[in-house]
Amino acid sequence: MMPLNYYLILSAVVFAIGVVGVLIRRNLIVVLMSIELMLNAVNLTFIAFSRYLGSMVGQVAVFFVMAVAAAEAVVGLAIIISVFRQRQSLDPQDMQILKW
Amino acid sequence: MIVDVAIVALKAFLVVFMVLNLAGILGWVERKGSALIQDRIGANRASILGFAGMGLVNTLIADPLKFLTKEDFVPPAGDKLLHTLAPCMALFPALVTFAAIPFGDVITLGERVINLQVANLNVGILYVFAMGSLGVYGIVIGAWASNNKFSLLGGVRGSAQMISYEVAMGLSAMGVLMVYGSLDLQEIARDQGALISTLLPPALGFLQPVIGWLPAWGVFLQPLAFLLFFTAAVAETKRIPFDLPEGESELVAGYHVEYSGGKFLMFFAGEFAEVVTAAGVVVTLFFGGWQVPYLMRDGFHFPWGSVWLLPQITVVILQLIAFTVKVLFFCWLQILLRWSVPRFRYDQVMRLGWKMMLPLALLNVVVTAVVIIAAQ
Amino acid sequence: MDLSTLIFFLLAGLLVISSLLVVFLRDVVHCALALVAALLIIAIFFVSLHAPMVGILQIMVYAGAVMVLFLFVIMFLNPTVLERPRALWWSAAGILALLLGGLLVPLFFNHEPPGDPVASTELFGSPEMLAKSLFGDFVLPFEIASVLLLVAIVGAVVLGKRERSAP
Repeated sequence: MMPLNYYLILSAVVFAIGVVGVLIRRNLIVVLMSIELMLNAVNLTFIAFSRYLGSMVGQVAVFFVMAVAAAEAVVGLAIIISVFRQRQSLDPQDMQILKW
Repeated sequence: MIVDVAIVALKAFLVVFMVLNLAGILGWVERKGSALIQDRIGANRASILGFAGMGLVNTLIADPLKFLTKEDFVPPAGDKLLHTLAPCMALFPALVTFAAIPFGDVITLGERVINLQVANLNVGILYVFAMGSLGVYGIVIGAWASNNKFSLLGGVRGSAQMISYEVAMGLSAMGVLMVYGSLDLQEIARDQGALISTLLPPALGFLQPVIGWLPAWGVFLQPLAFLLFFTAAVAETKRIPFDLPEGESELVAGYHVEYSGGKFLMFFAGEFAEVVTAAGVVVTLFFGGWQVPYLMRDGFHFPWGSVWLLPQITVVILQLIAFTVKVLFFCWLQILLRWSVPRFRYDQVMRLGWKMMLPLALLNVVVTAVVIIAAQ
Repeated sequence: MDLSTLIFFLLAGLLVISSLLVVFLRDVVHCALALVAALLIIAIFFVSLHAPMVGILQIMVYAGAVMVLFLFVIMFLNPTVLERPRALWWSAAGILALLLGGLLVPLFFNHEPPGDPVASTELFGSPEMLAKSLFGDFVLPFEIASVLLLVAIVGAVVLGKRERSAP
């Protein structure tokens, strides 16, 4: 079993890659996928801590994060479909009507 | 440690070997069997020195050679990487699922007890469903990589059908899990060795002489779940009557129309491997897996009291034969089903999955829960 | 370096490579497949960390259903426009990633002997334990999560409907 630090470092690296993905990609679907990547990195942290502290709370938290992430992905994709029907584009730069 | 790893590797090799061989043989059974059902002769042109062996030479030697030596053609505008990856993604879950299915009880060699199951997971049945969910990717990627509208249509239909029937499959298996109280497939198979008389609550004691002498197989305890699960498993493998994604008379070959040669062979073998896997899961959950009725680890214990002791090796061989016979029966049943029943229309498939099977599966779960609580 | 350490570093490397592929590949379908690979590797990590139930759920729910939904939407929308990333965003994102990575530096210098994981029973992470926690201490969040899923389904169906032109 690896020391806890290794799992935390791995999880933080994946989270940082997810953040980079959200910021630099100009395709809404890839942005949503990067958000899923961030959620999974957090799940890994939860499970690692759950193992090292011997508590089931971490796994229950991951269960709920998974359920919420699934719901969010579904609604997010439905929104993307409606936006695409309106604007024929998936580029976040084209959706600036609400900017003041 | 090395011996443990070697034993697991041997078991895994045996299982994959048997599944792939059975998939090949099922190809022959399908061709010859369909010929017999349709009152024709079937493929018998290929022969070695005049020996055509009822189409065996044709299906098992000539066909694979033909597939493997064909040109590997990727559609010009198609995605080369995905086109090559899709057949692998279709074949992999079908083979890997068999790791959780027990094909025998334990073998005791000296002080080493070998469990005849490749991977003894405490979440066995969920692993089977998880690998079933991964099977959707082969279809979706295969359809997308072909850059062909008919392919895409077949692929989208196929994946929508598969994810709908996964729900019905999981819920109908839930009744079985509630009765046997475990997710581990080896535990479920073992628990089906008891007689129903030991499970009957005192309130239903009058049923004792009627069904008390039957072994506690899943099909006796959960008949509705068996029907639902078997139907959902056939729908998952996309065989007739649920084969609109392939739609041989409508979409040419659906999602694998642009595949030829070795890649098509992988799709083809994957489909038959899925038939074997579906049969394996149905047998384990509902028909006692490797259980021979009344056969315990040391011999036969008949319900009328007589005991017939047998050496351990005979018991193990009997159990292996029982498992093989049951799996072969369900493979044959699926092939028979293919050539007897017409194909469902797509909206009929979706309506069956969501509006008929899902409520029935939920009803089954509720009734099972009520009976289990009332029996305590 | 024993076998489990080697396997950990191998899987960790594959996970980082898959994540980088998700973010930096051009074709959206390839990104989705790289994400599926990353999810499967994370599921392997879960199983190795004594969470088999959550690991299998990850494969069933995330890799088996959510990503199929992503692929459906990608095939449905068929985006063919190539993106033009702007230099300003690249540098801002790079700085942010370095900052996040910088938070990790104390971890590298942590020289305390790593604590052993708390000894766990054989049942830790099994379906029984997870079910006991879910239906015992966490039954209220469980019910709220099911309501949330229902709301998400209704919302997705409503959002996805095509506008009917007036007859």
